[in-house]
Amino acid sequence: MATAAGTTTKWSRQRPLSMRRLGRGAVPYALVAPVVVVMGAILGYPLYSLVRLSLDRYGLFELIQHKGVYIGLKNFGSVLHDSVFWHTLVRTIVFAAANVGLTMVIGTLIALLLVQISTWVRLLVTAGLVLVWSMPPVVAVQVWNWMTNVQNGVLNYVLTELHFGNYFQHNWYTSPFSQLSMVTTLIVWGALPFVVITVYAALSQVPRELVEAAEIDGARSWRVFKDVTVPVITPVLLILTSLSILWDFGVFTQPYLLIGQPHITTGNYLMGIYLFEQGYVSANFGRGAAISILMLVIVAALSVVYVRRMIRIGEVT
Amino acid sequence: MNRRAARRTGWNAVGLLVFVVAVFPVFWMVSTAFKTDDQINALTPTWFPTHPTLRHFRDALDKPYFWADVKNSIIVVVFTVGIAMVLAFLAAVALSKYRFTGRKLFIILVIGVQMLPGAGLIIPLYVVLARFHEVNTLTGVILVYLTGALPFSVWTLRGFIIGIPKELEEAAMVDGSTRFGAFTRILLPLVAPGLVATSVFAFITSWNEYIFARVLLNDGSKQTITVWLSYFLGTSRQTDWGALMAASTLTAIPVVIFFLLIQRRIAFGLTAGAVRG
Repeated sequence: MATAAGTTTKWSRQRPLSMRRLGRGAVPYALVAPVVVVMGAILGYPLYSLVRLSLDRYGLFELIQHKGVYIGLKNFGSVLHDSVFWHTLVRTIVFAAANVGLTMVIGTLIALLLVQISTWVRLLVTAGLVLVWSMPPVVAVQVWNWMTNVQNGVLNYVLTELHFGNYFQHNWYTSPFSQLSMVTTLIVWGALPFVVITVYAALSQVPRELVEAAEIDGARSWRVFKDVTVPVITPVLLILTSLSILWDFGVFTQPYLLIGQPHITTGNYLMGIYLFEQGYVSANFGRGAAISILMLVIVAALSVVYVRRMIRIGEVT
Repeated sequence: MNRRAARRTGWNAVGLLVFVVAVFPVFWMVSTAFKTDDQINALTPTWFPTHPTLRHFRDALDKPYFWADVKNSIIVVVFTVGIAMVLAFLAAVALSKYRFTGRKLFIILVIGVQMLPGAGLIIPLYVVLARFHEVNTLTGVILVYLTGALPFSVWTLRGFIIGIPKELEEAAMVDGSTRFGAFTRILLPLVAPGLVATSVFAFITSWNEYIFARVLLNDGSKQTITVWLSYFLGTSRQTDWGALMAASTLTAIPVVIFFLLIQRRIAFGLTAGAVRG
């Protein structure tokens, strides 16, 4: 508290230390305290428990007893020696990379398209994207189930009618690749609005004079794009990419519900599902905790870029 | 000049195609919900419900636990948003109006917590809540949702408060108002739109949440509407697609309405808070 009062001298008039000033210095702490207390209780304590759990044998019996049996690093050892873990990790990285890549490329292209088109079309597309954005993931999954069902899914009908081949009663959920591809279409569809609208907002920040000046200097449209537009939107693209990596790496709802619980196998696990099945469903909470910690470490490493950027924003203002 | 117009027409056509493809799933959901079973089960799809029927909506509403689970969702959302707004607003004021030791640490925590993947937290939260007998209760779910809503709301509200000129408050204080008076009469009304936008967003994320509700709530009568909807597919081979799409439409409606309400603020305010719907 003494240090807190000390820092206030930077911006308040110099006065002898009094109870009143001490009270002043305490104000921000009082304001922050409720959030800190609540977060500490409902997140800090579970995170501490997570570390404890990962070192315990903790199954249903221990859950009822509220007490685990200490087994050291055995959970980590068993996970790291499990080939399913490594396969899942590689699959999740490839899956996330594909989703992020598609989301960012298609999203940026649509944002660039929005700049080119007439206002009424732009408004129409934006309204449509906001509608898509507002679809709850579970609802979207059910719509996908309906559109891609074997008997008379509209996707098969449209693909056949457009002469992409004969998709009559084609089953999209036979192989892990095909299953995860469908999950990708669902995730990219749901993620695009956020990316398009954000990138478009960034594009409208590109100074007109700069573009015109470059054009007068004889720069071709590709040069203008590369040297004027890209530098302006790069920070936004960076933030969006790192956020998308985090989201797509930890995704659960869409793959779990679209592939469907009965069809979830070790062959189509993603990290979130692996953790859910091996920790929660099979009630092996110690092992699940070890997997969680490994996953959190990976995500923490992935999020460094984003968090540092955000902290800089918080520092400046 | 003519070439330019032609090019624009071409881009417009591409734009319209993007619109059609993006909106089609939503259109298909609503359209199916109003179709007759014959139209739904036909091998050749009917694009528009030519003989609209409300039967599927009735079937969906008559399914067990629909109303109970809607009520649960509303309870969870109201408490999560209410508590989160009050606590987050106080913290946001501290962040935007004061410099204090530990401020940076607090910012790191707020941002870092938002990065934690939900899937990574199900095990510890489940075990801890089981220890306090809060599994299968709405209280447990509300507490868990607060971990998501609080950091996001602190960060977003901070952005809104910063947008208000400091001079307004100082002027009120020069005019003899107390700090608290300046706060309630100047700051609060100006932040109100920000509070509304933030709480609507917290509403949407809590309403849409699936994994924690699925893990923490086991009884059909105690679940939230998203979990209810996820179980709808059923075990029988023949899915009642009409009723499923009607139920999906009903689940999405509140979110769509609120989303359209704050839509204008999303692009600028929430990119800083950075949360996807």
